[in-house]
Amino acid sequence: MSLNKTLNKIPIWCIYIIGMFPFLIILYLLFNFKLGVDPLKTLEHQLGQWGLKFLILTLLITPIRSFFKINLIKYRRALGLLSFIYICLHLSTWIFLDLQFRWDEIVKAIVKKPFITIGMAGFLLMIPLALTSNNFAIRILKRNWKLLHKLIYLVVFLGALHYLLLVKSWPLEPIIYMCIVIFLLIIRLFPKIKILSNVKF
Amino acid sequence: MSNYINKYSEKDITSEKIFLNRRQLFALAGGFGAAALIPGKSLADNLGTRKPNTFEDIINYNNFYEFGVGKSDPAKYAHALTTDPWQITVDGLVNNPGIYNFQELVDSMSIEKRIYRFRCVEGWSMVIPWNGFQLSDLLDKIGVKDQAKYVAFETLFRPEEMYMQKTKILKWPYKEGLRLDEAMHPLTLMATGVYDKPLPNQNGAPLRLVVPWKYGFKSIKSIVRISLVEEEPLSSWNIQNPREYGFYSNVNPNVHHPRWSQASERYIGKNIGGGLGGLFAERHDTMMYNGYNEVSNLYKDMDLSVFF
Repeated sequence: MSLNKTLNKIPIWCIYIIGMFPFLIILYLLFNFKLGVDPLKTLEHQLGQWGLKFLILTLLITPIRSFFKINLIKYRRALGLLSFIYICLHLSTWIFLDLQFRWDEIVKAIVKKPFITIGMAGFLLMIPLALTSNNFAIRILKRNWKLLHKLIYLVVFLGALHYLLLVKSWPLEPIIYMCIVIFLLIIRLFPKIKILSNVKF
Repeated sequence: MSNYINKYSEKDITSEKIFLNRRQLFALAGGFGAAALIPGKSLADNLGTRKPNTFEDIINYNNFYEFGVGKSDPAKYAHALTTDPWQITVDGLVNNPGIYNFQELVDSMSIEKRIYRFRCVEGWSMVIPWNGFQLSDLLDKIGVKDQAKYVAFETLFRPEEMYMQKTKILKWPYKEGLRLDEAMHPLTLMATGVYDKPLPNQNGAPLRLVVPWKYGFKSIKSIVRISLVEEEPLSSWNIQNPREYGFYSNVNPNVHHPRWSQASERYIGKNIGGGLGGLFAERHDTMMYNGYNEVSNLYKDMDLSVFF
């Protein structure tokens, strides 16, 4: 338990700072012309990938507690909000820099291109989660809060599917992400996890 | 290198209307090196101030799945490919079938410079100064029989050098095909070089197809077999996903694609402008047939939403 004590000494704001490091590194590479021949695509993809990574980290908190008795629940909200920040940056890059406000094409893409429909659905479902990621919302929503936040399971699946459908063939990376996501969802079906995830925090 | 690039201007993007003309001039000038000296007429309407991409752009951003699915993978791994010796098997409905040695073949063809727009199905595009010979010249040389209706191409299959061929992400070897009239069209090029240098491995050394009015994946790389056939040949991306990649795959802003935007495209590369290596560069409308409208008569009676 001393491990838990030590770990929990890290203030939450540190997580936000560390969480923004990848973005700063991407910006550094961008300003030094190190993002390749098509920096926009690299930026867009990296931001989306980090959004997915933070979603996965958010989902890791509970199994880590169940299996390794390491309690990091204090940081879960920060990880979830970080993923939302990255997804917002990812989406803005797409709308503003990639499609450049060509609204007809944007709407068409959302309606007709399945991977974008799915990605957009995932983003929209994240909004209520982000808006209620505060103590006030937990108090107001009571039991419903927990129910509402089960949406993250759907969100992370949509995110991984969005990535998988984006690519032209079957490269390894999106498949790995999808496997991790499915694994994290499936282990939640086991009772041990369920019991522990009901622990109050 | 960079000095060389500055010699180009939008004038050098071959206007399709004048390139035949230019070809004769090449013959007169006695070599393709004179390209930049030949004054062109006004350009095809919407070329604007588009400049050729740098050599660095062209060799560092490739789709060549035999060497990985990332755009920078081919630049990293294509050095493993042995391109000398290189043989090309010519077979099927031809008068002179056989195995042609690449170097001898190239020496017997007239090499020209062609600056073409290159539009990837993924929605990005470049301008590339190729060197090469017209496929029609090669077809004339090998003698196409009357029954032949299509040309089929195959990339080398050598998994020990092209490591991704050990995986099943595509059906190997990569295959492509053209209808005979497309193959005979004077725009259709067999490229042997870029920027007057031999074709780098990642760009499809030593011999690749370039069909500028079709999406890039039709322009098959590192060709080892050319067959004249009667039936429409298979193409790798069509096998992989027939709903998305048709046999024709002409650049067409009106045919919807489930993944990529085909209505518009982003010009990419160092010289695009817009700051930060092109981050804020403007998106452009995609042109029918990638702007090479002189090919439209090849498809005049076809429903392009069916034969996409």
